[in-house]
Amino acid sequence: MLKGRHLIDIMDFSKEELDEIFELANEIILKEEDFSKVCDGKLLATLFYEPSTRTRLSFESAMIRLGGKVVGFSEPNSSSVSKGESIADTIRVVGSYADIVAMRHPKEGAPKIASMYSPVPVINAGDGGHQHPTQTLTDLLTIKSIKGRLSNLKIGCCGDLKFGRTVHSLINAMSRYENNSFTLISPEELKIPDYAKKELDKKGVSYIETKNLEDVIGSLDILYMTRVQKERFFNEEDYIRLKDIYILSKDKMAKAGKDMIVLHPLPRVNEIPYEIDSDPRACYFKQVKYGMYVRMALMMKLLGIR
Amino acid sequence: MLTINSIKNGIVIDHIRAGYGMKIFNYLELNKAKYSVALIMNAASEKLGRKDIIKIENNLELDFTVLGFIDPNITIDVIKDEKIYKKIKLKLPDRIENIIECKNPRCVTSVEKNIPHIFNLVDEKTGTYRCEYCDQMYDNLSKYL
Repeated sequence: MLKGRHLIDIMDFSKEELDEIFELANEIILKEEDFSKVCDGKLLATLFYEPSTRTRLSFESAMIRLGGKVVGFSEPNSSSVSKGESIADTIRVVGSYADIVAMRHPKEGAPKIASMYSPVPVINAGDGGHQHPTQTLTDLLTIKSIKGRLSNLKIGCCGDLKFGRTVHSLINAMSRYENNSFTLISPEELKIPDYAKKELDKKGVSYIETKNLEDVIGSLDILYMTRVQKERFFNEEDYIRLKDIYILSKDKMAKAGKDMIVLHPLPRVNEIPYEIDSDPRACYFKQVKYGMYVRMALMMKLLGIR
Repeated sequence: MLTINSIKNGIVIDHIRAGYGMKIFNYLELNKAKYSVALIMNAASEKLGRKDIIKIENNLELDFTVLGFIDPNITIDVIKDEKIYKKIKLKLPDRIENIIECKNPRCVTSVEKNIPHIFNLVDEKTGTYRCEYCDQMYDNLSKYL
């Protein structure tokens, strides 16, 4: 039962609960017009303490397409937060107005605090370099729809694996399905944190770490590219040195299998050149569309509409 | 050889890792005690080489969670009529609340006030704790006490 629940970490939901969401998302994809009024009278609040036009628009489009309405802020300077209001107070106030809340915050664990005080479901729309569960729902629905399965996959994660929250959530989620293995491609400075590796060890999931994308691309079913995020660095010099460390060139794609798919949480900077977009294996814009559908399904479930 | 009298009724906190006695002394606010207290530092120990000991001439209500967190190898002897009435072995607590604050500058606890600071034990063997909010792992969390 997902009604009234929060989504803070993708692991909050069982595999069966995720399947429920994916099934509903598929129904919406097949007959979107049947769902255009199901959230009539419902209000989503988007509390974005750091800018993210893409994720916010995805949530807002999802609610509006379901017939609901949206309120919120897209940067904290225009809200009571700038007056020093705590998260606990903000969520209790907003929870009195809205039926469901999507929160993005630069501090890790902020949506968890919101969920502790909120009278309505809270969805983590990204908290610092920590978790981004609705991106993971998006990634899983994309993989399931295109590859036809969520198990027996070789998944390569490339780029910023230290601060890249989408990668942490994806690895957590995919390691629950049978026989998946991970190839973690990053420079030394952006290696995956120890806690994430400990989790993999504990679950007995196989993974390798490498710095070289070219050497491993031929063995992958999925290549998950990430951007090196400027806002995660305290030091500008480190950012400049690392930002273009992996570029997915045509030469590299030539070494990949014909069924490999390329995913990216977007926005991209230089890591995927435009010339790759026409390659049928490039699926990152399909991913965006799946993201909106899966958020529609998620909000319907948490609101108890289905 | 330093001689400290044995106590009649009270508590002996023994096998404290050398150097941690003062931390416990301060944590229990024994400087404000109105009864006899002895803090013995760097005593010879077969097991530890050197150890600290605290003797308290009073039956205190001790928070074993915090003591276990500071050093799980500590033993506590409850003394009645100059005899050991009870021996208590400590262990690392599964969860600690409001003892330590997370050191991760990106953690929400660095900005949000009036919330409990919580760490959960993830590996007893290595003594690893994880922040409830940001998942930051700590192998030697008690050093921040």
